[in-house]
Amino acid sequence: MADTSSQNRAAELLAKTPTRREAYEADVRRRSNRIALISTVSVVLAIIVLVPLAPGWEAVQRAFFNGRVFAATFPGLLDAFLLNVMIFAWSAPLIALTGLAIALCRDARAPALFPVRLFGIAYTDVFRGLPVVLVIYIIGFGVPGLGLPRPWNSPYIWGTLALVLVYSAYVAEVIRSGIDSIHQSQRSAAASLGLSDRDIMRFVVLPQAIRNVVPANMNLFIALQKDVALLSFIGPVEVFRQAGVYKSLYANFTPYVGAALIFLVLTVPATRYADYLMNKQNRARS
Amino acid sequence: MTAKLSLRGVRKRFGDLEVCKGIDLDVGEGEMVCLIGASGSGKSTLLRCMNLLEPIDDGTIWLDGTDISEPGLDPQPVRQKIGIVFQSFNLFPHMTAAENVMLAPRRVRGLSRDTLRPRVTQLFARFGLEDRMDYYPDQLSGGQQQRVAIIRALAMEPEIMLFDEITSALDPELVGEVLDVLRDLRQQGMTMVLATHEMGFARELADKVCFLDAGRILEQGPPETLFAAPREARTKAFLSRVL
Repeated sequence: MADTSSQNRAAELLAKTPTRREAYEADVRRRSNRIALISTVSVVLAIIVLVPLAPGWEAVQRAFFNGRVFAATFPGLLDAFLLNVMIFAWSAPLIALTGLAIALCRDARAPALFPVRLFGIAYTDVFRGLPVVLVIYIIGFGVPGLGLPRPWNSPYIWGTLALVLVYSAYVAEVIRSGIDSIHQSQRSAAASLGLSDRDIMRFVVLPQAIRNVVPANMNLFIALQKDVALLSFIGPVEVFRQAGVYKSLYANFTPYVGAALIFLVLTVPATRYADYLMNKQNRARS
Repeated sequence: MTAKLSLRGVRKRFGDLEVCKGIDLDVGEGEMVCLIGASGSGKSTLLRCMNLLEPIDDGTIWLDGTDISEPGLDPQPVRQKIGIVFQSFNLFPHMTAAENVMLAPRRVRGLSRDTLRPRVTQLFARFGLEDRMDYYPDQLSGGQQQRVAIIRALAMEPEIMLFDEITSALDPELVGEVLDVLRDLRQQGMTMVLATHEMGFARELADKVCFLDAGRILEQGPPETLFAAPREARTKAFLSRVL
């Protein structure tokens, strides 16, 4: 017993002694970390010390980073942001479903479905080719302007439709690229088992394709979260519009900075996460 | 006697490249036929033509006396009768081994998972994989994946099985387990056509060996004749390189 435990300890000791290479690499690592730290600290210090010394800094601070205005308006901005979240929450699933449907339209092979395919192509071409704001104006202002009765003249309905139209075109293209990325041998294998074209798409190609394009679609939905602010042009008082109201009230730009902060808190982690997924996928593929 | 599967004058071209230049071949019921030949000699394409994964340009393929090469014919019923296993397994990576096997019987035959499970479990057990049924393909070794691919094809209860160099992508130590599966099938009397580089295996078990060269069957015969006393100079040259 005592014999084996002393042997184990010897083995542990041996494992802990770094090789020459490991010692050298640890040394290099320590030195680079030290240099990076010193360099970062000096740059940050310089900014903290030098920027407030710059001429005009006080005016900038008063207009954009005013603590009093920030404290007074930020809760109101958060409330308004709830509307952004809600518009996003009902638009996103609609966009995902419409995008999938359009992607499948473009993949329709049967001759009888040629018009469907043509529609898919025209749809993606048109809505990817237009600025989002323009579509929001045409549909969001235009359609209620036809004199529809309540509740059918709501800017929420038509604004959402505008977002769905534009974003589903992008989502459709991403899904289609996912479908194209599935290797032909998967279709062959499924066909050799006697599966129909429909079943091959539904059970073999689509599940893999959609999984492959999750990161790309996440980036689209992050962009959507930002573009929800564009609906403010047709009425809804979401965070951007609310910030504008506060700006006029306080004659100060700090509310805009507050709104920016709210967006960043949401989009930066989401973007990082999408990047992480994308990298993971690239590594898995290589 | 009429053969189970007959090919007459089968031609297939990809663009300017003619891969099959008039192939005649008969595969009898319960026979095992091995196609040998260098890479690019047309073995794989010929197999893919047999279960209509590739439409042929000219010639005829008969299955039980029925012309299955008629252009415009629905290939699905034919594919259910002729299973194929590929060199690169081609399992569906997003499904477990058992789901891979059950997909076609469920969708094509309309059988439920509950009905299928006992039969599928039996198949997995027969090939020593009953403890791997719920693993995903990337959790299995190459040899295990290839055996699952064979089970997947067998689950449709095909009358003929085609094997396209199914051991070529495997590490040498995994080849044996897959060849054992083929031996087992051979004993059960399955009609089989193999494209293979395993000459020892072909010599041991084949009823007929065909040597393909540049899209033609240059020579065919029982393995003892073809391996021991090839007539054609090219066959001799090929065999001397691989044996």
